[in-house]
Amino acid sequence: MNDRDQQISHFTKLAAKGRMTRREFVGRMTALGVTAAMANVMLSNAAKAAGPVKGGTLKIGSVGGESTNTLDPALAASQVPYHNLHSFGETLVEVAADGSIGYRLAESVESTPDAKTWRFKIRSGVEFHNGQTVTAQDVMRTMERHSNEESKSGALGIVKGIESMSVDGDTFVVNLGTANADLPYLMADYHLMIQPDGGFDNPAAGIGSGAYMLVSDEPGVRHLWKKNPNYWDSTRGHVDEIEIIVINDSTARMAALQSGQAHIVNRVDPKVAGLLSRAPGVQVVNTGGPGHYVFIMHCDTAPFDNNDLRLALKYAINRQEMVDKILQGYGSVGNDFPINSAYPLFDNSIPQREYDAAKAAEHYKKSGHDGSPIVLRVADGAFPGAVDAAALFQQSAAAAGIPLEIKREPNDGYWSEVWNKQPFCASYWGGRPVQDQMYSTAYLSTADWNDTKFKSEAFDAKLLAARAELDETKRKGLYSEMANMLRDEGGLICPMFNDYVDGISDKLQGWEKDGTGELMGGRASQVCWLA
Amino acid sequence: MHPILKLVLQRIALGLLLLLAASALIFAGTMILPGDVAQSILGQSATPQSLANLRQELGLDVPPVQRYFNWLGGVLQGDLGTSLTNRLDIAETMGRRLGNTMFLAFWAAVISVPLAIFLGLLAVRYEGRWPDKLISGVTLASISIPEFLIGYVLIYFVAVKMRLFSSVAMINDSMSLLEKLNAIALPVMVLTLVVLAHMMRMTRAAILNVMQSAYIETAELKGLSSFMVIARHAFPNAIAPIVNVVMLNLAYLVVGVVVVEVVFVYPGMGQYLVDHVAKRDVPVVQACGLVFAAVYIGLNMIADIVSILSNPRLRHPK
Repeated sequence: MNDRDQQISHFTKLAAKGRMTRREFVGRMTALGVTAAMANVMLSNAAKAAGPVKGGTLKIGSVGGESTNTLDPALAASQVPYHNLHSFGETLVEVAADGSIGYRLAESVESTPDAKTWRFKIRSGVEFHNGQTVTAQDVMRTMERHSNEESKSGALGIVKGIESMSVDGDTFVVNLGTANADLPYLMADYHLMIQPDGGFDNPAAGIGSGAYMLVSDEPGVRHLWKKNPNYWDSTRGHVDEIEIIVINDSTARMAALQSGQAHIVNRVDPKVAGLLSRAPGVQVVNTGGPGHYVFIMHCDTAPFDNNDLRLALKYAINRQEMVDKILQGYGSVGNDFPINSAYPLFDNSIPQREYDAAKAAEHYKKSGHDGSPIVLRVADGAFPGAVDAAALFQQSAAAAGIPLEIKREPNDGYWSEVWNKQPFCASYWGGRPVQDQMYSTAYLSTADWNDTKFKSEAFDAKLLAARAELDETKRKGLYSEMANMLRDEGGLICPMFNDYVDGISDKLQGWEKDGTGELMGGRASQVCWLA
Repeated sequence: MHPILKLVLQRIALGLLLLLAASALIFAGTMILPGDVAQSILGQSATPQSLANLRQELGLDVPPVQRYFNWLGGVLQGDLGTSLTNRLDIAETMGRRLGNTMFLAFWAAVISVPLAIFLGLLAVRYEGRWPDKLISGVTLASISIPEFLIGYVLIYFVAVKMRLFSSVAMINDSMSLLEKLNAIALPVMVLTLVVLAHMMRMTRAAILNVMQSAYIETAELKGLSSFMVIARHAFPNAIAPIVNVVMLNLAYLVVGVVVVEVVFVYPGMGQYLVDHVAKRDVPVVQACGLVFAAVYIGLNMIADIVSILSNPRLRHPK
């Protein structure tokens, strides 16, 4: 080994052990003639090779916590409860970073060929924090609680399709009314954390089978968790404690990361991501995901009941401009259907719709609209930058001769008074792990959240056929046809898919790209460690 | 009965009456908030039946006047009710938040009140000269900048660049007093900067007013030093307006600091109130409103009593 190699290997070891900052390391490597990008790769490989370091308190600064939050998994709807659930709870299965199914409390999953009966074998010897053993009975009770209207569970729509459940020794058996090839993906929903006796006694006790146990629960302030000494999986849960600090103010959150008060922060505003990434000691990490920012038209309300008018508006939006100016490049263009490459079985051969003022004008003329301004309702809370995005839309539509009138609504009450009620407004979707779930939630004629009022029997029939289809090629074909239908007839204008943009400190190791959710799909606190 | 004691009792009785009126206003105010609790709890999953059930469960089907007296009766017995959204006891959760708010307000007051009065005295001593102009200029500038901006500037320079204090002012029971003080250093600085000017200017104006009097001239002719003249002869006679302003600012430190709480992630009353207003959690909003009203009325009452005591003329109303 020559002198240069020796130096490289020496510095790499130092940096992997955390005795040298990333910045210093990259500096040294550049001096030795290694590119910065290469140096970063070397560093992360070395850190992985050195193995996780145990101990320390991992601090997460998160938006989306309020004094009204509870630890009840059924009621989790924002980021802080999401991260709390991942600290103490575990689902049967999870969706891994590559889109495959990872086994957690279930050891294996089998189905009958008609995809109607599913058997989840429960891992043996796993204990809840209260000392009870996790049984198939607990799993069934958990599902029962979430399928009960009383629980107001966020996963109600997911478990609704279950016809009957039973326990067969160490196996949890699900019978479905209609076949569903995606059932394991549905069981990975983060609301479905398995609780002792399903959490019927006290759903908000924060007792699960996860790697961390509750120490202190102060809603809207902070949540402190300590390592569960009896946790079954030695490859997860490296730090001693997780402290989730509620920091709703974006500037305060970025300052917490920069001043070392937090190791991870979520929701980095794209506007400051560039600045933040140049700050010492921190990195901005972005991952493409299924979340998208949208403008939605009600297909059953005039003037949007006219497909030419809908097409006119779809051609009148400049998608690339939105990605550049609203997301600052932290995202990708949409194509007027809610699916992108983050989903399994995505058809990437569907042509991309581009901004085309001439075509927009042509469809607008054909629609016979009387020329009165079309009212678009927005609020800042619809999605970050929604008001600016609406202004861009107004400009590009005006160039095609389509008058848009922007009506600003208050954030307070936007989701109860405007969204799903007014015929044309801005909104966002967080996405779902599989196509079937996304389409069933928002595009099936009978769905509660069918926020574009898109009602097509042909579409519904294809959706049900695809759900029962175990042949992946045929399924992909069906999904592609559905995407095309929505793209050309639906009420969705989808200009962009937003990346998850998180900020992490150089002290954090083990971070990997994972587009299943923010902070590696909530797994960052379990798989990362502190150098 | 001693006239002063009688006067104090009178003031306290008036204060309680005012608080009662405030409670009625708070109750009426929360009634006219758009949307009802049952609807906001159930959200999209609301059906007419589940709405009716929940309204009955929450007691929303009882006429408002009766509900007001039920609520008032509970409050008088120290029962503030339970939160509708997370079912926690309000008195207990709010108590912790109120304690935090008081802690922050106390330390901000301990620093800002003496500092403001001292700077006011100093400004009078050097009236029209550069120290006066410097003090007025700096304090007026700091009151004119929005407090969140001062907060961000301090976070950037002190917490991020100099790494001196914490940008997250989160305190909890397991921290020692020193750790807590270290955590709240930045918000205390911001609050001090925000309230300084008002109190300082009032001290300066009130004392300058008194300085025109003949007895001040006498004191000067006696040969007292100018600072002694201000401290011994002018200040006691200027105390009433100063106390008024100090109390107003103390009240602000307790009830008006939600922006500072958000910027520094401080678990105080303001954020607690705002969260529950957004969720239409009426019992919590009412309880917070009542506590804020009590603080305001109480502090103003103290200011009244002090100014009456310090000015014999006010003790004998015509």
